Amino acid sequence: MNFTLEVWRQDYPGAEGRFETIEARDIDPDASFLEMLDQVNERLIAEGRRAIAFDSDCREGICGACSLTIDGLPHGPRQVTTCQTYMRDFRDGQRIRIEPFRSNAFPVLRDLVVDRSALDRIIQAGGYVSTTTGPQPDPNAAPVSPDVQQRAMDAAICIGCGACVAACPNGAAMLFTGAKVTHLNLLPQGQPERERRALAMVRQMDEEGFGGCTNYGECSRACPQEISIDVIGMLNREYRRAVRGQARSREKMVAQ
Amino acid sequence: MNGRLDAKIPEGPIEDKWRSWLDAHRLVGPRNRPAYTVIVVGTGLAGASAAASLAALGYKVKSFCFQDSARRAHSIAAQGGINAAKDLANEGDTVRRLFVDTMKGGDFRAREANVWRLAELSTNIVDQAVAQGVPFNREYGGQLATRSFGGVLVQRTFYSRGQTGQQLLLGAYSALQHQVAAGNATIYNRHEMLDLVLVDGQARGIIARNLVTGELERHAADAVVLASGGYTNVYYLSTNAMGSNVTAAWKAHRRGALMANPCFTQIHPTCIPQSGEYQSKLTLMSESLRNDGRVWVPRQPGDRRRPSDIPEHERYYFLEERYPSFGNLVPRDVASRAAKVVCDDGLGVGATGRGVYLDFRDAIAQRGRAEIQARYGNLFDMYRRITGDDPYTTPMMIYPAPHYAMGGLWVDYELQTTIPGCFAIGEANFSDHGANRLGASAMMQCLADGYFIVPHTVTNYLAQRLPRVTERDPAFDAVEREVRDRLRRLVSIGGRTAPQVFHRQLGNVMLDKCGMARSAEGLTQAISEIHAIRDEFWQDLRVDGSIDELNQSLEYAGRVADFLELAELMCLDALKRNESAGGHFREEYQTEDGEALRDDENFATVTAWEYGGERAMPVAHEEPLTFENVQLATRSYK
Repeated sequence: MNFTLEVWRQDYPGAEGRFETIEARDIDPDASFLEMLDQVNERLIAEGRRAIAFDSDCREGICGACSLTIDGLPHGPRQVTTCQTYMRDFRDGQRIRIEPFRSNAFPVLRDLVVDRSALDRIIQAGGYVSTTTGPQPDPNAAPVSPDVQQRAMDAAICIGCGACVAACPNGAAMLFTGAKVTHLNLLPQGQPERERRALAMVRQMDEEGFGGCTNYGECSRACPQEISIDVIGMLNREYRRAVRGQARSREKMVAQ
Repeated sequence: MNGRLDAKIPEGPIEDKWRSWLDAHRLVGPRNRPAYTVIVVGTGLAGASAAASLAALGYKVKSFCFQDSARRAHSIAAQGGINAAKDLANEGDTVRRLFVDTMKGGDFRAREANVWRLAELSTNIVDQAVAQGVPFNREYGGQLATRSFGGVLVQRTFYSRGQTGQQLLLGAYSALQHQVAAGNATIYNRHEMLDLVLVDGQARGIIARNLVTGELERHAADAVVLASGGYTNVYYLSTNAMGSNVTAAWKAHRRGALMANPCFTQIHPTCIPQSGEYQSKLTLMSESLRNDGRVWVPRQPGDRRRPSDIPEHERYYFLEERYPSFGNLVPRDVASRAAKVVCDDGLGVGATGRGVYLDFRDAIAQRGRAEIQARYGNLFDMYRRITGDDPYTTPMMIYPAPHYAMGGLWVDYELQTTIPGCFAIGEANFSDHGANRLGASAMMQCLADGYFIVPHTVTNYLAQRLPRVTERDPAFDAVEREVRDRLRRLVSIGGRTAPQVFHRQLGNVMLDKCGMARSAEGLTQAISEIHAIRDEFWQDLRVDGSIDELNQSLEYAGRVADFLELAELMCLDALKRNESAGGHFREEYQTEDGEALRDDENFATVTAWEYGGERAMPVAHEEPLTFENVQLATRSYK
């Protein structure tokens, strides 16, 4: 198959970017999108041109490194990661526009490579159970019903790719944050820090410059793990619960 | 190095060794710990768990990863599960059984004391992970669920759907983020370790390249822990991530750390076959599928019928027939070789004839589609996404692919390499899996090393009170200069060929001659072919761009250069080991029915190689292995 690529090229953070037209010839329909780019790069290098920079690692849809916007859709047309998008999903001769994930909170580092460390900082704010290495209680002493485990797992499978942010018209990271809060706040281990977690993660989200949710639902539609927008509902509930809890304890202190 | 390798194994019965080591090891007081800096390279299960645990003790931890986030390390892709000798299924499982299974699975080429400790610590790991909020699968009553895995007869594998690695890694990653928030750890993402800095023979820091700016950075420390993963990307085709590489370990090797059993690599039986030569990354299908899937090929060579049209009596269930007691659950090396043999005999399926079926027809008939979906749904979806075929109605097609390195940096009982202050953990070391690793053991080893062993052995090392070293030490000047010179050399060759081309050539040689079957003749030939590729590489490489910017071709070229050196050592090691053991199958040494033939008289040893210098012969050192707690036996899964 042959394709005409319009690729975003940008030399360094803050530099002015541009689209460059690059031909991709003789591509196997069973090649993944990134394998197509690998071949394009190999040829660009042999021609003495600059290879296209893009992030990828596991190439099996689980590490969350790949972060391309293909024809305006984060990851591409199939709601799977770019590494699991195959050229057979495109028409022979198609023009394909390739950009990095677009969001204010994800500055472009070069070409298609963006900086998503803002998501790590949201986790640092509270996306963990504050325990350290050492003897731990017997897991069966705190039984978890398979139903709760499955719901926690449905959220815990988030790969942290940031497609939800790139897809959101508001640039919100609420699906990402909601997934972590849902995962931990459903489980017995997450209970002691339940309120603090919701408050701190939401605060960090705001500080990083992510927008707020207005229920477009684009995040969930772009999520390669198909995480449900329900996690945002859960995040909102947890946040309100934490704020009410704070207000109540303040009243109590005043009364005392 | 005076020929003798001291593994520093504590005296006493095997059950007491780790306890007695802990009893006697030196400590550093809590108030003194912040004065020590520990570098941890890699943020996979081993690296993240070590960094989090060391930081929680109070050391100043600097954690490095080349990826954009610590959460992306390739442990994330481990699917099946993690072993623990908890005996929750009431099968009479014990630490000793897990120990024996691992020794036997490794074809008796692992160190007893290390393996025992691993089995012993396995029970703590699941508890640690649950405490972090890892959502393991549960039974109806809320108890932890288990399943069985290849090479064993008990159900001791704990799992989170088919994404156990992801969940365990996110647990370790979140523990590390917690330490970042607490101010004890700093993560240097998009940084690649390009050399180890020694002062007075001790590891005192690293040179790392900031992959965004290209800047070379000096990081001084009191100890360096390498958790940089395995090297099977040397085969080009592998299940590893694109970025997985040997560079950090190889640099330590060049600075004096011995490399042990480099020829011991694992070719995993259940991978999706390659679709074209542009593809280097192969996707693994979890071994857990062999619990319910039956492996077969048509009995008739060149049978082109659809699998569903081939009647039962014309199907050759080669694992079940050759190994009736373990059947489809034989260990990986055995399953892979058996698949190779039937394909060599012309029975293979698929366009290339390098494939075998993994069929769920009978399991679906017996247990129902819903049950199979509950167990493997995400794996089936993944298979369908990649191949376009539906495994519920047509069998999967699989073929073995390089997956894991049992070999790696030589370490003693304290997981310290032959360079004082340089530790190696997880897949980067050689320690626990002998000549073949059993399923669900890699994560167990990574987390045992990272959570429960290395924090103590590093403490023991730091307690000797080292002199202070800073980044201004002249040793950093010298190493940084060498690193810069090499980077400049890579970008200035000015040839015509991209690094991936050399990588592919190297991989073809390695897969063909140092893969599932090896021979003295083939290995000798491979070495001269590797030399030729290496010469070509240094004459005709083209790297676009410069060294002081984000430059992925430069990163790749540096890694390929190191693979080219490692590959030769793997072949030398395979050539020296005149026996077949586990994943190392020398065609000259096999039984009449084609099983691996060990030579315990001469090769019950670890071969640890000392770097000999640029294009010079490395020096082999031997660590004899003793077997006091497990009986040496021919491995039989029949």
